[in-house]
Amino acid sequence: MDLTPLLLSRIQFAFTISFHIIFPAFTIGLAAWLTFLEACGLITGEKIYRRLSDFWLKIFAVAFGLGVVSGIVMAFQFGTNWSELARRTGPIQGPLLGYESFTAFALEAAFFGVLMFGRDRVPRWAYLLTCLMVSLGTSLSAFWIMVNNSWMQYPTGYALTADGIFVPTSWSAIIFNEAVWTRFPHMILAAYVTSAFCVAATGAWYMLRGKAVQEGRAMAVMGLRLAAILVPIQIVFGHLVGDFVHDAQPAKFAAIEGRWNDEQPASEILIAWPDPQNERNRFELAVPYLGSVIGSMSLTAKELGLKSFAPEDRPPVAIPFFAFRIMVGCGLLMLAIAWLGSWLSFFGERIVKARMFLVATSLSFPLGFIATLTGWFTAEVGRQPWVVYGQLRTRDAVTPFISSYEIAGTIILVGFVYALIFGFGVLYIYRLLRAGPIPTAEPHLYGTNPKRPMSLPGASPGVAGATGLGE
Amino acid sequence: MVEFWASVLALSILLYVLLDGFDLGVGMLFPFASGERERSRMLAAISPVWDGNETWLVVSAATLFGAFPAVFSIILSAFYVPLFVMLIGLILRGVAFEFRYKASGSRRLWDAGFVAGSYVAAFVQGTAVGAMVQGLPVEGGVFVGNSMSWASPFALFCGAGLCIGYAMIGACWITAKSASSPAAFGFRVLPGLMALLLAFLVAVFVWSVQIRLPILARWTERPVLLLCPLVGAIAFTGLAVSIWRRSDRFLFLGAAVIFIAAFAALAGSFLPYMLPFSLTIWEAASPPASLDFLFWGAGLFVLPLTLAYTLIVYFIFRGKIVEDGPS
Repeated sequence: MDLTPLLLSRIQFAFTISFHIIFPAFTIGLAAWLTFLEACGLITGEKIYRRLSDFWLKIFAVAFGLGVVSGIVMAFQFGTNWSELARRTGPIQGPLLGYESFTAFALEAAFFGVLMFGRDRVPRWAYLLTCLMVSLGTSLSAFWIMVNNSWMQYPTGYALTADGIFVPTSWSAIIFNEAVWTRFPHMILAAYVTSAFCVAATGAWYMLRGKAVQEGRAMAVMGLRLAAILVPIQIVFGHLVGDFVHDAQPAKFAAIEGRWNDEQPASEILIAWPDPQNERNRFELAVPYLGSVIGSMSLTAKELGLKSFAPEDRPPVAIPFFAFRIMVGCGLLMLAIAWLGSWLSFFGERIVKARMFLVATSLSFPLGFIATLTGWFTAEVGRQPWVVYGQLRTRDAVTPFISSYEIAGTIILVGFVYALIFGFGVLYIYRLLRAGPIPTAEPHLYGTNPKRPMSLPGASPGVAGATGLGE
Repeated sequence: MVEFWASVLALSILLYVLLDGFDLGVGMLFPFASGERERSRMLAAISPVWDGNETWLVVSAATLFGAFPAVFSIILSAFYVPLFVMLIGLILRGVAFEFRYKASGSRRLWDAGFVAGSYVAAFVQGTAVGAMVQGLPVEGGVFVGNSMSWASPFALFCGAGLCIGYAMIGACWITAKSASSPAAFGFRVLPGLMALLLAFLVAVFVWSVQIRLPILARWTERPVLLLCPLVGAIAFTGLAVSIWRRSDRFLFLGAAVIFIAAFAALAGSFLPYMLPFSLTIWEAASPPASLDFLFWGAGLFVLPLTLAYTLIVYFIFRGKIVEDGPS
C-alpha cells in the first residue's frame, strides 16, 4: 500500500479523532452523573453524595482538560488536511461547527469555572444549576457535532453551485436531518453508558480492596442500575441507527453485514473472514432468514450485497464488519453485567460477597470506550469512499499540495505529544482513583493568587503530601 | 452581514492578540526570571485568565470557518507545518499549567513545554501575518502555492517581531500584576524590549511598503490612517515615561494601545481585502443563508455572552497577586 497524502491524512484524522472521542464520551456522561449526584444530595440531604461528587469532579477536571486540548486539533484539521472539504462545504459545515464552538464555550467555559471553584461560593441550588448547565453544554456540543456528521452521512437541504460549493437552502432540513434523531441519542447514550461503567468499575474495585467501602458500594450499585436501564435503550437506538443505514447507506450496510451477493431471503452472518480481493467470505457462520428480519423486518425481503455497487463505490469491508461486531459484543457484555449486578444488588449483602462478579465489573471499565470507538469506526469507515455521502469523494476533499513527508511528520509529532499528555493524564487520573473519595485537606497554595481558587485537581505538591498521592 | 462578521472576526483576533499575547509573552520571559519563586508568581499572574484568553483563538477560527470558509481553507492549508507545530506548542503549554504542580520528577519537562509552546505560538502567528501581507499565491479562490510558500524572509522577520511585541506586553502585565519581584524584573527588561519593538515597527513598515507599493497609495488615499502611528507614538512615549517613573498604572494600557494602533494600521492598509490582494471580504464570505443562520444564534447571543464572561473573569481576578506565599 502506498502511503499517499490521502491515506496519511485519513490515518491522521482517524488517530486524532479516536483519541479525542474518548474524552467527550467520558465527560458528557460524567457531567450528567455529577448533576445527578448533586440533585440526590440536595433532595435527600445525605452526605455521601457530596463525597462522591467531590471525588468525581476531580477526575472530570482532568478528562475535560484533555478533551479540550485534543479537540482544538480537530477543528484545525478541517482546514489543514481537508482544505477542499472546508472550501466546498464551508457554507454548511462552517456555521454548524461554529455553533459547536460557540455553544461549547458559552456554556462550558462560563460555568466550568463555577463548577470547579464555586462549590462554597454559591448556594446549593445554584451549584446544581451549574452542573446542569455544564452537562447541557457538553450535550449541546455533541449535538452540533452529530448534526454536522449526520449531514456528511446524509446530505440534505443544500444546493450545489457551478463551481462545486455546497450552499445551504434549508437549515431546518440540515438540522432536523432524519439521521440526527437516532444518531444523536445513540452517541449521548454511549457516553452515559461509558461513564456508568467507569463509575461501577471504580466502585467494584474499592469494594474488592475493602477501601472506601460505603462509597464504593454506592458507586457500583448506582452505576450498574443506571446501566441496566440505559443499555437496553441504547440497543433500541442502535437498531434504529441500523435501520437508517439500511435505507440510506446500503453499501455501508452490506459491508457491516459482510454480504457480497444480493440475497432473498438473506441470512445473517454472525462471524466471517471477509476477503475483498475475491469478493467473498473465506469462512462464515450464518443464520438463514435472520438477515432479512434484521434488515427489513420480513422473512422474505431482498437484501443488497456489495457486488451490487461499483467497486469504486464500495467501502472497505473488514473494518466496519469487525468493528460492528466488537461494538455489539461489548454492548451485550455490558447488558449481562449490568443486569446481573442490579439483580444481585437487590439482595443486600449478596453483591458484596460475589467477588468474581466484582472482579469482572472492575475490569469492565474499557467496554464503553471500546464500543464507542468501534461504533464510530463502523460509521466513518463505512461511509467511505465518500466524505459527503454520494456527493463528494474523500480523495477530492483532501488538501491538494501537502506531501506525504509533511503529513507523516505531523502524525509522528502529534502521536508523540498525545502519548505524552495521555500517559501523564492517565497517571494523574489513576492517582486520584487510587486515593479514593477521601476528604482532601485544603490545598496548599503555592504563591498563587488567593483570588484564584485552587488549581484542580490538587493545586500543588502540598496536596500530594496531604492525600498520600506522592510517589 | 458580511461587514458584521468581518468586524466580529477583527474584534476576536484583536482580543486574542491582546489577551493571549500577554500570557504568551509571560511564557517567553519565563526562563529569564530568577528562581522558582519569581516564576511561580509570574504564572500566578496569568493562570486564572490564560484559558479564557486562548478561547479567543478558537472563536476566531470558528468565525473564520463559519463566515469565511474560503480564507479558512487557504490559510490553514498554506500554514500546514507551522500550524501543527503551533497547536502542539499550545497543547503542551496548556497542560503544563495543570501538570506542572502535580509533577514530582517531570516539572522541568512541563516548564520546557510551557516556554517552547509560547515561543512557537507567537512566532507562527507573526509569520502568518507577514506571509499574508506579502501575499499568498491564490488563484480563483484556491491556494496554488506549496507548503513552504509562507517561509519568506519577510514573514520570518514578522514572526520575530511579534515575539518581541508579546514579550513586551507580557512584561507590562506581570509588572502591573505584582508588587516586588516580578515587577522589578519587568522594569528591568522593558526598556530593551521597547527599543527592539520600535526598531522592528519602523523596519517592518519600510520593508512592507517596499514589497507592496499599493500600501503607500492606501495611505495617501486614506489619510485618517496616519492617526494610527500618531496614537502609537503617544502610547509609546507614555509607556516610556511610566517605566522611567517606575509607575505601573498605565503600563498595560499603553502596550495595548500600541498593539491596537498597529492592528488598525494593518487592517486599514488592506481593507477591503481579507487576503491581500487576492480575496476581498465579500469574495471570501459564505452565502447570506449561512451568515444569517450564524447571526441569529452565535452573533446575537453567544458572542455578547462570551464578551461579558471575559469581562467578569478579569473583574473577579483584578488587583495584584499576593506575594507572601510559601516558597
